[in-house]
Amino acid sequence: MDDAHRRDMGAAIHEIGGGRWLGAAPPLTVAAFVVPIAAGLAGTLLPAFGYLPAIGSARLSLEPWRLLAEYPGLRSSIVLTLTTGVAATLLSLLLAVGFCAQVSGRPWAQRASAALAPLLATPHSALAIGVAFLLLPSGWIVRALSPWLTGWTLPPDLATVGDPRGIALVVGLVLKEVPYLILMISGALNQVPSAPQIAVARALGYNRIAAWLKVVLPQVYPQIRLPVYAVLAFSLSVVDVALILGPGNPPTLAVLAVRWFSDADIHFYFPAAAAATLLGGLVLVAIAAWHGGEQLVAAWGRRWLAVGRRDGLANRLTAGAGAAAIASFAFAALALAGLALWSFATQWRFPAAWPDGLDLANWARRLDGLARPAAITLAIGAAATIIALILVIACLENESRRPRPVGRAALWLLYLPLLVPQVAFLFGAQVLLIRFSADGLFASVVWAHLIFVLPYLFLSLADPWRALDPRYARTAACLGASPARVFFRVKLPLLLKPVLLACAVAFAVSAGQYLPTLFAGNGRVATLTTEAVTLAAGADRRVIGAYALVQALLPMLVWLAAVLVPWFLYARRRGIGRA
Amino acid sequence: MSAPLRLDRVRIALADRILVPALDLAIAPGECVTVMGPSGSGKSTLLAYLCGMLDPIFEASGRVFIGEREITGVAPEHRRVGILFQDDLLFPHLSVGGNLGFALSARVRDPAERRKRIEQALVEADLAGFGDRDPHTLSGGQRARVSLMRTLLAEPSALLLDEPFNKLDAKLRDEFRRFVFEHAAQRGLPMLLVTHDFADAAAAGGRVAELPG
Repeated sequence: MDDAHRRDMGAAIHEIGGGRWLGAAPPLTVAAFVVPIAAGLAGTLLPAFGYLPAIGSARLSLEPWRLLAEYPGLRSSIVLTLTTGVAATLLSLLLAVGFCAQVSGRPWAQRASAALAPLLATPHSALAIGVAFLLLPSGWIVRALSPWLTGWTLPPDLATVGDPRGIALVVGLVLKEVPYLILMISGALNQVPSAPQIAVARALGYNRIAAWLKVVLPQVYPQIRLPVYAVLAFSLSVVDVALILGPGNPPTLAVLAVRWFSDADIHFYFPAAAAATLLGGLVLVAIAAWHGGEQLVAAWGRRWLAVGRRDGLANRLTAGAGAAAIASFAFAALALAGLALWSFATQWRFPAAWPDGLDLANWARRLDGLARPAAITLAIGAAATIIALILVIACLENESRRPRPVGRAALWLLYLPLLVPQVAFLFGAQVLLIRFSADGLFASVVWAHLIFVLPYLFLSLADPWRALDPRYARTAACLGASPARVFFRVKLPLLLKPVLLACAVAFAVSAGQYLPTLFAGNGRVATLTTEAVTLAAGADRRVIGAYALVQALLPMLVWLAAVLVPWFLYARRRGIGRA
Repeated sequence: MSAPLRLDRVRIALADRILVPALDLAIAPGECVTVMGPSGSGKSTLLAYLCGMLDPIFEASGRVFIGEREITGVAPEHRRVGILFQDDLLFPHLSVGGNLGFALSARVRDPAERRKRIEQALVEADLAGFGDRDPHTLSGGQRARVSLMRTLLAEPSALLLDEPFNKLDAKLRDEFRRFVFEHAAQRGLPMLLVTHDFADAAAAGGRVAELPG
């Protein structure tokens, strides 16, 4: 290396100077979620094989598995877990694809997807409670049809919620996962030059839906593969929605594990850990099987594409799925409306289709109880979001200052918290927290939320951050601006809109967390979500409605603020936020 | 005050491909040298090297001076090398005046003085009273003029031109060329223009160097 060359290396380092600490951001960020997951998994795996010195069992054995196998409902529980998880994922994907094919090429397609944001922000459990209020034998649907159509003057003796096959559970999951997958597909569509390709296909005689299905979808699917796996893993291992809508005896495997973990008799820890480990294995197998299924569908699909059929069953099926997706949004809106109606009802006798009256009395009684969990939800969400935001921006800044290709491995790593079942590592993490007397601390709950907030915030912000024209920063530097000034005066303001939206996503993720709050808080940190899920087992729908409604509204309000702030701030700047 | 821009054996390579062969060049104050080459020939890469923004995947060597001051290892914000790109790159979140204020040194503390300097720049750009306007509402030619005034307000010692006339239509292009060359010559700035358009080189009127491409 000659002198001049060495000097140039110096120049390159100088350029990134003042931000040397940025290099620490990626490892720190990864450690923030990988360390607790790895430690937690180990802390679940060991008790699953009998090793838990904290309660005096220091020898490895298969006893936990024997206890698990002795549970009479185990087989049904496994079947239930697999059928509901796979059915929810398949249906969600079908509806999301149907919707995207249906709206493709429409001028309002972008806005239609954006309109789903409030639904995306709603916590799973709040929506699940709304769904229960609709579907229950004494729910709104039966009331609306009784007695004039059904003849019922008393709620029928039907298991419409908590049905042994888990149909209500699947419905609850699909309502939330369809908008999520639509969002993921919309994001992937930005990477595929779909408009000219659809134009070509249509000129070849394929209609709008067929063109999307046969030309765009095969290119989009590889990009949404990881989100689909995340949906599959989530559906197989969800706890809060399964507690509200799923069957109780036997419950899904995840609920079974949590039930045993929470048992007063600490010896239930062992079969609980075995059940959580089994669930982890089931998720792995399910993802592997799904991956195999993809290969089969792809092989068959290639032949199907080459046949050259312009119309067929697939078109009608897709159109039907699109219509079903729209119906699912309406159903979700109705579910949320039902929550609101119950919370304002003076009294609502069966089988009346509408409450006797509406007033604020219920709310006046609930305000005191709601204030504290609402404040805690806000505080935890704000703390987790701010920490995650700093880490994520530091990672992205580091990446833009020393560009290096981002490998696929990094993406899989980011998805780790979304692919590993929560029960499988949260229990182990809780044991560790108890060991260090850190359970029930505000900070522990924030960290537990951070595990899930970080990937979502990163995934929301990375694309807009990378898409910013690097010449803005170069221009600013050539005008004499230091790296810090370039960052705070140029990059951050230019990216304000995506930054705030990513924060809104992060807050919604935090606000919706049930199991991490429960386990890291050891039951002592009560958020709106833990309160609502606990109350959901009770009978007073006016109380439940009020809690679930506030739980649903809080993330929506944060999202609204994230939209309105740049709108007001840049009201006179038309060149921003449109590009 | 004004001094020549001097390149001493500046060589840039990407893997095995040599983009800029050892280039020696001295550009006098007020002179404009044109470097020509087809797209992908590394013209913009040369300018990125000169303002200290070269992507580390390139291998570069050679020294750069402005007068007696060597700027080779200096951070971009301390080089005092102004650059104009094909796009005006006005910051969309700032007003026209805000864009100019961003460039004006913070050493000019007095707010009245700052306002005066900004307004003066606007007058020179034939845009008096445009300070509070949203850049988005300006025409292409107006935006281009603001971007030059922004660059000049940072008081550069040399001006790099990265095909800044390319996206303008024919009439505006002539006007803006004259505007840039006049203002830079007035201030005695050495200019380095990269382009693939012969008309640009002709308008610059100076020496022409070719990159192999």
